[in-house]
Amino acid sequence: MKSLFEGLIGWIDARFPLMQLWNDHLAKYYAPKNFNFWYFFGSLALLVLIIQIVTGIFLTMHYKPDAELAFASLEYIRRDVPLGWLIQYMHSTGASFFFIVVYLHMFRGIMYGSFKAPRELIWLLGMFLYMTLMAEAFMGYLLPWGNMSYWGAQVIVNLFSTIPWVGPDIAIWLRGDFAISDATLTRFFALHVSAIPLALLALVALHIMALHEVGSNNPDGIEIKEHKDADGKPLDGVPFHPYYTVKDIWGSVAFLFLFALVVFFAPEMGGYFLEPDNFTPANPLLTPEHIVPVWYFTPFYSVLRAIPDPQFGALAMLLSILVLFFLPWIDRNPVRSVRYRSLLYKINLGVFVVTFAALGYLGFNPPTPLYSELALRFSEWYFLFFIALWFFSRPRRNMERLLTLVVVLGLISLYDVVRVEPGHGMLVFLGWLMPAVFVAVMVFGSGIEKLGRDLPVPDRLTG
Amino acid sequence: MSDDTVDVGRRRFLTGSTALVGGTGAAVAIWPFIASMSPSARARTAGAPIEVDIGQMEWGQKIDLIWRKQPIWIIRRTPEMVAALEVEASYLRDPHSEQEQQPEFARNSHRSLNPEFLVLVGICTHLGCNPTYRPDAAPEDLGPEWQGGFFCACHGSRFDLSGRVYDHVPANANLRVPPYRFVSDTRILIGEMPEDAPA
Repeated sequence: MKSLFEGLIGWIDARFPLMQLWNDHLAKYYAPKNFNFWYFFGSLALLVLIIQIVTGIFLTMHYKPDAELAFASLEYIRRDVPLGWLIQYMHSTGASFFFIVVYLHMFRGIMYGSFKAPRELIWLLGMFLYMTLMAEAFMGYLLPWGNMSYWGAQVIVNLFSTIPWVGPDIAIWLRGDFAISDATLTRFFALHVSAIPLALLALVALHIMALHEVGSNNPDGIEIKEHKDADGKPLDGVPFHPYYTVKDIWGSVAFLFLFALVVFFAPEMGGYFLEPDNFTPANPLLTPEHIVPVWYFTPFYSVLRAIPDPQFGALAMLLSILVLFFLPWIDRNPVRSVRYRSLLYKINLGVFVVTFAALGYLGFNPPTPLYSELALRFSEWYFLFFIALWFFSRPRRNMERLLTLVVVLGLISLYDVVRVEPGHGMLVFLGWLMPAVFVAVMVFGSGIEKLGRDLPVPDRLTG
Repeated sequence: MSDDTVDVGRRRFLTGSTALVGGTGAAVAIWPFIASMSPSARARTAGAPIEVDIGQMEWGQKIDLIWRKQPIWIIRRTPEMVAALEVEASYLRDPHSEQEQQPEFARNSHRSLNPEFLVLVGICTHLGCNPTYRPDAAPEDLGPEWQGGFFCACHGSRFDLSGRVYDHVPANANLRVPPYRFVSDTRILIGEMPEDAPA
């Protein structure tokens, strides 16, 4: 006798592939058995997306997308709407946590070579997700109509006016006015609450479909599909459900604990999650003393400011994001995981982490001469990471080493010679040592067996 | 030609031409959506010229106006300030206003119609911040070289008292001069060129 539940499933299955979807993506989706800490962040990103959508829907019920009313409606939500403050802080904290989770998720992908063949499309779709998320966050940040909202949008929209010839017209078209105004606010609202979330959801679906087509990578960077049992199941794989659903539930609970700590005790995070200047209404005639984007944009903002020319600065910032798209074609080394890469690769990766954090710090602070010089040098390190990845793609001959050294250091030195000013020579020279030492270590080190040689990759997962 | 053979070439042509016509139609259908995002009639009306009385201004005073939601500054410069501008300063990037940042009539050392009144768009040419007016000479925070001018606190750009940008600062162009004309000795119309100016 079939139970009522089985009967219902059978009825649906005759009309919709319910069990097939369940099996393909959870119960019979085999994932490598050695997922570690770093594999929490994919499912956590999905969790934050759901938090943002749900809290966003309820904020929309009270928010007024109107330049006259927006700021007051935010205060109304925080003070008068029952538990409105909680929903609002969940949404603003969620934005920062979204980026924390996504940055860790991306770093995992870089560290374990998850972007390499056959997973290039997963990486590309993920990069599109990341850019869409940046647009979502940027437009959402205008909605409170605080002074930092206003001036942040002013700076970012003006980046478009640095495009030769058509730039100023594009900026007017984006704003719908000659300055950031009500027209800009209402269109950002429309995009933030409907168009971009729809795009995010569609991209998430594509990202997961592409992942489940080729299967997950793992900390060893070894293909589990190459060793299957008689039933065709990977020997080193376990079904995603219940093994990883339970693991991810554990991760979600731990995450929500940290999330709640911030929401309840430090929603402004000392001015990093919610900036002090944004608690005064937008004022087109009063620029905040230091315009800074929210922390998750500051690394790229540093790259923008590192070059004191609007066109080239904007171009460098654009490049610093675009270069990530090309990662699968820059790092051609067949060894995926950091575990079996050379010592130099590990140093390069570590330097990249430091660089990203340093750029983030510098972008949050006013550009003194020392900080400007450091921002430029860390920007150079940022791009040198990718050059080093390309360089380590295969064993290099001495001629290639020499050429790389001369070309890379030559270009950096040339720019220094052009820009150096009297009185700043020492600062520029000391700064020059940063890329110079890095390039020298990478290029010469690659010739030393202990530093430059990748390790043998085992045949099966190690644990 | 019988009924049971397929004319592949004809089919391909019909498919191709249908796709082309349909695709063009679909592409053109984007237009109303793109057009709807341009400034509306109301926004364009709000951008009409504004008239200002400057008869009551003190020496060195700066008044702030809004035209097209952009800050417009009018500054009544003293004769000493104007005289200082004529000295060729080595630290300026574009001392002769060669870049197209002003109407033709303002391509001079004082960048104005009447040297006494400076009219500028108060938006930093780096990334759109609002520079502060610092007429004081050689203040502690700006250094001994400072002869008075405008300082942008966002990214440290500097401009002299006719809005000319310093060299080696983030901004790479002089502050913009809006179109304007004198209606009378004491009234300025912002947003319209002088009647004798070439269009």
